[in-house]
Amino acid sequence: MKRSRVEAICGFLFISPWVVGFMLFTGGPIIASLVLSFYQWDLITAPNWIGAANYKRLSMDETFLISIYNTFYFTILAVPLRLTVALIIAMLVNQRIKGIAFFRTMFYLPAIIPLVPMALLWVWLLSPDIGLVNFILSRLGVQGPLWLASLKWSKPALILMRLFTTGGTMVIFLAGFQGIPQRLYESAQIDGAGWWYKFVFVTLPMLSPAIFFNLVIETIRSFQIFTEALIMTEGGPANSTLFYYLYLYLNAFRWFRMGYASAMAWILFMMIFLATLIHFGLASRWVYYEAR
Amino acid sequence: MSRSSMRLLRKTLLYVAVVFGATISAFPLVWMVSTSLKDIPDLFAYPPILIPNPIDWHNYIEALTSLPFHLFLKNTVIYTFGAMIGGVLSASLVGYGFARLRFPGNKLLFLLMISTVMIPIQVIIIPQFILFKHLDWLDTLKPLIVPACLGGNPIHIFLFRQFFMNIPRELDDAAKIDGCSLFGIYWKIVVPLSLPVFAAVSIFTFVERWGDFFRPLIFLTSLEKQTLSLGLHTFQGEYQTYIDLLMAASTTVTIPAVIIFFVGQRYFIQGVALTGLKG
Repeated sequence: MKRSRVEAICGFLFISPWVVGFMLFTGGPIIASLVLSFYQWDLITAPNWIGAANYKRLSMDETFLISIYNTFYFTILAVPLRLTVALIIAMLVNQRIKGIAFFRTMFYLPAIIPLVPMALLWVWLLSPDIGLVNFILSRLGVQGPLWLASLKWSKPALILMRLFTTGGTMVIFLAGFQGIPQRLYESAQIDGAGWWYKFVFVTLPMLSPAIFFNLVIETIRSFQIFTEALIMTEGGPANSTLFYYLYLYLNAFRWFRMGYASAMAWILFMMIFLATLIHFGLASRWVYYEAR
Repeated sequence: MSRSSMRLLRKTLLYVAVVFGATISAFPLVWMVSTSLKDIPDLFAYPPILIPNPIDWHNYIEALTSLPFHLFLKNTVIYTFGAMIGGVLSASLVGYGFARLRFPGNKLLFLLMISTVMIPIQVIIIPQFILFKHLDWLDTLKPLIVPACLGGNPIHIFLFRQFFMNIPRELDDAAKIDGCSLFGIYWKIVVPLSLPVFAAVSIFTFVERWGDFFRPLIFLTSLEKQTLSLGLHTFQGEYQTYIDLLMAASTTVTIPAVIIFFVGQRYFIQGVALTGLKG
């Protein structure tokens, strides 16, 4: 057999685990869930074709609209805050002072704590009367809110919690810093540039690919907030933390509305896709790649 | 103020900021452990106490025996290590195929694979659930491990591919002259040179799967089959107000992940940076 023939066959063999997995667990299911969204099915009785009725019902489902609002609220606040905090920490930790590696680890630590224990811990920390957060606030002279028990503060509570796990984002920024040539700072220094100027006109542009990457990833992840909401508040109080993914889960696995939930899943997919497209579209305006 | 004392001031302020920030960052974990060792009077003390007196290890015994945590641990270990070993092996094989072997559609399939990263799990989980229900795999660890071993994570495949592409091909040719098969090249040459990637992906997979909550939530129902994260949630359901027990159980679930992290730290951060740089 020809050399290239052998190589081609071997090639397919090597990637076959992915191909099989893709067809069975990714590609197939995507199509299946699209088809499913046009049915009404509770897993027990036979599936029932209803056309676009699921989508129509969703547009009039008040709880669904609330879940979209909650998810957008969360994403719009959490993403910029997370990126900012991660950037500040990355800058702090990027200094060449002794023992900085230890502190880098400390900052990264919360990010690897499994989400379920973390969520339980934060329920305790945010306890209105005896929780640590309100205690610290009271020491600063501020009356802490009811946090997870409050309609107004339940989402901010979750955003606050998210700010502690900025480790992964921070590391991407750190890697980005490595790619900034020192000579740029040096020539800015020669031109008499101050600290702020150097930050805005050297650091930020050179960091923009990393900022972009983090922005896209964090947006996608924020759209999918689930575990915290299920464990800490079950969507309450009064649906104030009922996020999209949680509502989807309830529809599919508590109330067994498979078709309805599949429709929700596809809408979410489209929203994420659209958001990512927008990010990429806007990218050419502000992301700077050195290879120009 | 002189130049050098300005610098000293700046350095000091920096140190203060770093120490302050790191303390805040690590504090929740400290608080978790602290709470887990408190007995009832210390628990509700106001103002809150940091170091409990006496230190009550009893919470751990009570928490971990009230539900079958040993089974949770067993299930989690099987799941995590199964996904790790199978996932790393399959991702490296697939990555090798994409990186070094010429076959029609290589580029296209690779792009397709990468684009699947954008697919949210919600849009595939319901059909997966139905599929596994038909296969009678529900309430077993199979729906958790099998997809992980069959092209589980495109990002891992991507990392392997990138790394393999940077290994010089002269080594391949030398091996071929010695009569090595393509798989032999993979196994005897490429793999030994790629230990950093293997380490990084293994650690990523470990952290991802050890704390995985959603998939066990969907696929596992009976108590004996639950993993640590899911079991902890079940525990929460029954012992919601027993915060000391809750924190003891939480600490137990957290500790292995923290240990693995400290052990494999270097590879971990290296690996995350790899994703970002090439991304």
